[in-house]
Amino acid sequence: MKVRIKFSKHGPVKYIGHLDILRYFQKSMRRAEVDIAYSTGFSPHQIMSFAQPLGVGMESDGDYLDIELKTHNGAKDLIDRLNSVMVPGMRIENAVELPDGVKNAMASIAAASYTVTLKNGQDYPEEVVSKWDEFIASKSIIITKETKKNTLEVDLKPHIYEASLKNDIFECLVDASSAGNIKSTQILEALYNYAGIEFNKIDFQVTRIDTFTNEGTEEKPKLIPLDAMGVTF
Amino acid sequence: MLALSDEILMSVDKPARYIGNEINSVVKDKDKVDIRIGMCFPDVYEIGMSHLGLQILYSMFNSYDDVWCERVFSPWTDLDPIMRKQSIPLFGLESQEPVKNMDFLAITIQYEMCYTNILQVLELSKIPFNACDRAEDDPIVVGGGPCTYNPEPIAQFFDFFYIGEGETKYRDIFDLYKKHKAEGTSRRDFLIEVAKLGGMYVPSLYDVSYNDDGTIKSFTANVPGIPTHIEKEIVKDLSNTHYPDAPVVPFIKVTQDRVVLEIQRGCIRGCRFCQAGQLYRPVRERDVEWLKKQAIKMLAATGHEEISLSSLSSSDYSELEELVNFLIAECRRRSINISLPSLRIDNFSVDVMGKVQDVKKSSLTFAPEAGTQRMRNVINKGLTEEDILNGARLAFANGWTRVKLYFMLGLPGETKEDIEGIGILADKIAREFFDTVPKEERKNGPVQIVASTSFFIPKPFTPFQWAPQATKEDFIEKAYICRSSVMAQLNQKRIKYNWHETDVSVLEGIMARGDRRLAPAILEAYKKGCLYDAWSDTYRHDLWLEAFDECGIDIPFYTTRERDLDEIFPWDFLDCGVSKEYLKKEWLRSKEGVVTPNCEQNCNGCGAAKFGVGICFNRK
Repeated sequence: MKVRIKFSKHGPVKYIGHLDILRYFQKSMRRAEVDIAYSTGFSPHQIMSFAQPLGVGMESDGDYLDIELKTHNGAKDLIDRLNSVMVPGMRIENAVELPDGVKNAMASIAAASYTVTLKNGQDYPEEVVSKWDEFIASKSIIITKETKKNTLEVDLKPHIYEASLKNDIFECLVDASSAGNIKSTQILEALYNYAGIEFNKIDFQVTRIDTFTNEGTEEKPKLIPLDAMGVTF
Repeated sequence: MLALSDEILMSVDKPARYIGNEINSVVKDKDKVDIRIGMCFPDVYEIGMSHLGLQILYSMFNSYDDVWCERVFSPWTDLDPIMRKQSIPLFGLESQEPVKNMDFLAITIQYEMCYTNILQVLELSKIPFNACDRAEDDPIVVGGGPCTYNPEPIAQFFDFFYIGEGETKYRDIFDLYKKHKAEGTSRRDFLIEVAKLGGMYVPSLYDVSYNDDGTIKSFTANVPGIPTHIEKEIVKDLSNTHYPDAPVVPFIKVTQDRVVLEIQRGCIRGCRFCQAGQLYRPVRERDVEWLKKQAIKMLAATGHEEISLSSLSSSDYSELEELVNFLIAECRRRSINISLPSLRIDNFSVDVMGKVQDVKKSSLTFAPEAGTQRMRNVINKGLTEEDILNGARLAFANGWTRVKLYFMLGLPGETKEDIEGIGILADKIAREFFDTVPKEERKNGPVQIVASTSFFIPKPFTPFQWAPQATKEDFIEKAYICRSSVMAQLNQKRIKYNWHETDVSVLEGIMARGDRRLAPAILEAYKKGCLYDAWSDTYRHDLWLEAFDECGIDIPFYTTRERDLDEIFPWDFLDCGVSKEYLKKEWLRSKEGVVTPNCEQNCNGCGAAKFGVGICFNRK
């Protein structure tokens, strides 16, 4: 049975990179005695895949991984078992069964929502806040991306689904699909440049709020959280 | 609250090295404990966290309600300058508080090449380098581990050394410390009491005098009532001692990312170059039923996906078959991998290896250590060419094609023929493959042999403690002879030859048999920028040579000099059980190429029987 798990990551564990989080969950499954399915061969691996890696330093309320279970005692039992072996800052938020034929988490991703605050707890500079309406109303938001070979111009605008800036918090819902993934800090950097203020990525704390799939069409998207693709069990 | 700011953590490699918070790490209320101790492995986190001894002591200390033990590691080279520049004190991972707030800083000293890292840990902790400069409120700095069997080069940096196995005496030390705190006695008074516990060496309480030729004239206590002969601590019953049920599980991948089950201590084989083989005598086995239970507990508490067995010579463990068969069944059920130690190749091990390894990817390991039988007799390595070829043939018949061979160069009395024997032996193994495996059965490809040589460094408490170490030039020439001999073989295309760095072997040799006069040079080298000497990328031989030169250290005195039979060694006041008389006898036997039977075959009266345990009393 395929199961999707939603987890959150806060505090010091934000410094643990994606590959180590993967190893952390593999060990957690064993400690919690979850009856997870394994691949065959001399070094069997747990059948486990993640929706999208979370960068080192980022926190999250809504990250996902898919696993395959051989047996189980219901979602609540699974969640409780896993939460009893988590380190502080890591928490299992939900677990749902994926009906047959549902794409895995990674392939399902269409969008993600984020909040961005200043690490020092202060408000965004007034010059930035006052430029927001004008900035976000522009037809296009062009940034240049450095790739290995050359620099690329990208228009962020079509990839921003929702965005708002209050004094102390920036919130956005953006494209997270493999083709059009953008970062919340790219929008902020463009805004700061627009306002003529220096942007320093290290000053900002990014938190992923949730990750979504598109149940509608490309023209008429209907974004739902990844765990809404499954059913309780 | 972390000790390092977000800005720092985001700017260094692997910030998870510094945040603590791992599964099974222990956080206590500092106001509810009497003693705080920082358990330090003076190298980077991934190396330190792979060390079993640290996990054992961490778990044991934290099992005491009145003690909180935290872990301390060397900050990596990217963080080190930041901490200096911003004056951030080194901290314990659990509390994230300065080491300086603790009562003890316990440093495990596993190899000579970590000595500058010890100074780094002291300096970043803001603890004076020299024990004599420490104030009453500085942590007591205690050293343990194999290098304490010659602690003299670093003696002045430590308040005391714990000689031997850590499980036995720390409780007494802690009780003594609490009494000392309650009574308000001085640091020195506490250390004098520690010295009387037995197994403890307090360097400041002893004086050394030297002869005109630089050798030691005398080693005397400068305080009445303390021993001048310090016998190691030893665990008498290994199945009734502390072992961690729930080791700390690192977030990042460490060198030993697995459950480690120590099946026995000590070794029956008296290889004359091997320090561990003498230090940990006598062999004591752990009860197989106890090990089975322990394995299950540790797998459950860590979630590790692999388990390995640890000992000096696992094939000699009497219940190995029983244990391995149990683990294979249990691990298969739990989808856990078994990482086998290198085993003597016989029907049992070939069967077991076939069950737990992918024959195509795994390799056979032999450690002949020397290329000819003559030389193997000199070093008392009880492995014959016939053993190797028979083992190889058996493994080839079962599909193996990869062979790893380990040798040493620079052994006492080594000749050109002995070195050339390495290439010849490797070739014989290749011939064995082509002679015994028919073409149509070579489905895993042809044989691939990797021969590696390391340079021999004489170590204290071995029969070779009197032996001269080869010079750097000799080492290079020996490696060249060895390479040429490999190239001259019929099957040279099937043999790959690797050799180790020479510079670092010279430094290790100086430290291994060094004395108190080396300490200023170690400090000088550190001040010049030497750090992480065990890492080839950071090792600065030029700076070390400068430091030795400026401090007037005569390198050959420590390395290439053959010691007189009656010379007083810097470590003679320590007693690991094996007597100097016995080692002397073994040194003379080695010169005649006479082998000595192992402990299971015959008791040779090494002296370790005085502990009253182990193989000395229950020979099979």
